[in-house]
Amino acid sequence: MEKAGIGKSIQKYSMIFALVIVVAFFYVGTEGKILLPQNFNNLISQNAYVFVLATGMLLCILTGGNIDLSVGSVIAFAGGIGASMMAKGGNWIVASIVMLLVGALAGAFQGYWIAYVNVPPFIATLAGMYGFRGLANVVHGGQAIGIGDEAFLNVFGGGADCYVPDFIGGNENLNMTCMVAGVAIAIIYVVGSVVSRIRKKAQGYVVDPVLGATVKMVVITVVELWVTYTLSRHKGIPSSLIWIGIIVLIYNYVTNNTTVGRYLYAVGGNEKATRLSGINTKNIFFIAYVNMGLLAALAGILTIARAVGSQPTFGQGYEMDAIAACFIGGASAYGGIGNVPGVIIGAILMGVINQGMSIMAVDANYQKVVKGLVLLVAVTFDVLSKREKK
Amino acid sequence: MAKVLLEMKNITKEFPGVKALDNVNLKVEEGEIHALVGENGAGKSTLMNVLSGVYPFGTYTGDIIYDGEVCKFNKIKDSEAKGIVIIHQELALIPYMSIGENMFLGNEQGKKAAINWDKTHAEAVKYLKQVGLTDSSKTLIKDIGVGKQQMVEIAKALAKNAKLLILDEPTSSLNESDSRKLLDIMLELKKQGLTSIIISHKLNEISYVADKITVVRDGSTIETIDNPDKNLPEDRIIKGMVGREITDRFPKRHDVTIGETMMEVKNWTVFHPKYENRKVCDNVSIHVKKGEVVGISGLMGAGRTELAMSVFGRSYGANISGQLFLNGKEVEFKTVRDAIKAKLAYVTEDRKGNGLVLSNSIKVNTSLANLDSLASNMVIDKDAEYNVAVEYKDKLKTKCPTVEQNVGNLSGGNQQKVLLAKWMYADPDVLILDEPTRGIDVGAKYEIYCIINDLVKQGKSVIMISSELPEVLGMSDRIYVMNEGRIVGELSSEEATQEKIMSCIVKTGRGE
Repeated sequence: MEKAGIGKSIQKYSMIFALVIVVAFFYVGTEGKILLPQNFNNLISQNAYVFVLATGMLLCILTGGNIDLSVGSVIAFAGGIGASMMAKGGNWIVASIVMLLVGALAGAFQGYWIAYVNVPPFIATLAGMYGFRGLANVVHGGQAIGIGDEAFLNVFGGGADCYVPDFIGGNENLNMTCMVAGVAIAIIYVVGSVVSRIRKKAQGYVVDPVLGATVKMVVITVVELWVTYTLSRHKGIPSSLIWIGIIVLIYNYVTNNTTVGRYLYAVGGNEKATRLSGINTKNIFFIAYVNMGLLAALAGILTIARAVGSQPTFGQGYEMDAIAACFIGGASAYGGIGNVPGVIIGAILMGVINQGMSIMAVDANYQKVVKGLVLLVAVTFDVLSKREKK
Repeated sequence: MAKVLLEMKNITKEFPGVKALDNVNLKVEEGEIHALVGENGAGKSTLMNVLSGVYPFGTYTGDIIYDGEVCKFNKIKDSEAKGIVIIHQELALIPYMSIGENMFLGNEQGKKAAINWDKTHAEAVKYLKQVGLTDSSKTLIKDIGVGKQQMVEIAKALAKNAKLLILDEPTSSLNESDSRKLLDIMLELKKQGLTSIIISHKLNEISYVADKITVVRDGSTIETIDNPDKNLPEDRIIKGMVGREITDRFPKRHDVTIGETMMEVKNWTVFHPKYENRKVCDNVSIHVKKGEVVGISGLMGAGRTELAMSVFGRSYGANISGQLFLNGKEVEFKTVRDAIKAKLAYVTEDRKGNGLVLSNSIKVNTSLANLDSLASNMVIDKDAEYNVAVEYKDKLKTKCPTVEQNVGNLSGGNQQKVLLAKWMYADPDVLILDEPTRGIDVGAKYEIYCIINDLVKQGKSVIMISSELPEVLGMSDRIYVMNEGRIVGELSSEEATQEKIMSCIVKTGRGE
């Protein structure tokens, strides 16, 4: 019994163990450089788009292993529209809203074919991948468009000044705002967990064993504080981290606590049963793709802000990064299984491997080989662990 | 006396929790047509699956002696090599391949890397002739009717050098004249020396073709009847099929008053969603009163599930016509949601396929059909949800460690309880239970019956679709008998007997 419990939790947190092993490997391989504050910050801001896209992709995958191939093209298309608006002197807030709308509309267009006409998602979004890439070229006029709007760049984490300013005052070696925010989050997390546990117990609900819950809480808090400290030693909080945080919180909540979230899982688990439970499954597919378009546009905003300009070739291959992050993070290729924290771990794992190999100066071609292998291993592990149960 | 071609001795086959076959004995002589009859779930198909190697040697006990030697089949290929070929109830032909390609699928002519198509089609034509088909072997399967498709299946079997042909419900999807053709082909092939085993519910057909009839009941062979003159009375077969006593396997209902008519379906006609001129429900009118359990009896494919699902928010069928009344008022459901809102619930026969999300927890499944009532502004009150799940778990005595357990890990009986919990929580006035006790053990069945009794006690109405005659008889206040899409009989619980129900079905089956 005891043994089975341990085995189960190893399986449950297998991706975290994998992450620890990978980080340890690169820590040795790069002589510790992988964990330097500067690299750490880069890891976040370079991969911001993956976190955002993977979150959206998760919702699509939940509905039955469906993917969206068009997100890279939507990034370039929406980004191009926003960049050219700002280049013509448009207000950055208006431009941002327009970009998000464009993304949502692109998602709605594809979602329509998928949900209501029953075009297979692979085909519908492959069409979108070509179509929006073409349109991206059109809006760019085939050229790169620079962005000069300082406010836009500051808010979305672009350019040189991509950090939340230090309001509280510290010094170059320790960003106080970051420290304070980090400590505050840790306190909120610990107090929140304890309060919710007490409340659950008072109402007679089942709670996790004390030991396990405590270990989990301590580990999360220590890691969070360590991340905070590391970030503080290098300019503080990257602006893009704020966006990632917002997206993760929102979508973790949506998938766990809302009816729509529940229906996403149900549709992927058993579409017929869901339909016979009086749920409009078509709408659920539609919502997943509209949302994917919206998040693709947000990823586009983060991408053009970071690059201080937009190019028609932006976003190529991003869809694959997002899909890989989902599957590595434990989402089932058949749908119905997966969660936001898992996907974030998957994205971090990919990011660490990318960055670790870059620091170790591994040839870019071999980096791709390694990424492919990691994806294969992760999904094989998932398939095998399920087969064992039967 | 002819030579015994096949003898199955003391075959016993167990599935987890169920003994599907219990010491079955079957003897088939060379050159005869041997019929297997019995109710749904009696064990006929299981027996044939044991014979053909679908269940490999070692998963059952007993001996198969074929052509004088003991056989140990590990897979279908093994039995086919000996000339035992089974044709399953669902046609296994690929629509977009030609007749010839289908006939030699897995048995390709020529070399592996170079199929000899000329030979394929020449051979195909030869066998097609044998079954009386003159179509080109290059015709696509999708372009010929079901009747001809069934013939192609037989030709395919002959092409495999079949010595013993097993036909599982070969006429279930055929009309009268196609069925007759098929039976005549069987008789023709018999003259040429082929031995066959036919499984069928259509007793008139059995009586027409079979030399011997073996009755299977509850996983045992009851008797083998000789039919030398091809005119055995159906009542004689029915007697063997149902001769079982109903003991107190069904809890009694007390203090239930049957009230006004709760739901009424009038002149309900439904067409098949794919074959648009095939009627699956034909002018059906039924009603159920408050506090009443109405049974719908019939064989598989009688149109009962289709009737229920088309009523339940048009979740099945095309071109649905007819009227639906709830509490005397006419209603129209365009979607399942409409039906649920009007307090109708349909508990599916296929709990894994249509009922439960196996990868989700008991809690999530319990709340799924009525999640809105647990949510405000789309945010789920998870504590309330947990309480609901626990409440129903206790009420229905579902055996599970916690309600967070995945439904996929539960036993069939407990899954059925979760499914019932889900629909009870949707708070319906009328529940349509489709095969509520299929594939669950006797103890769990009893508990399900008690739940049904509780439901009607609360003034709800229950329509119970069941293929198990004792269950229908033991639980229903009133019984409709359905066959081939129509209501062919209505019996009160006092007058209903297994024989009466069976003869309702059999007589109408012949009427066409």
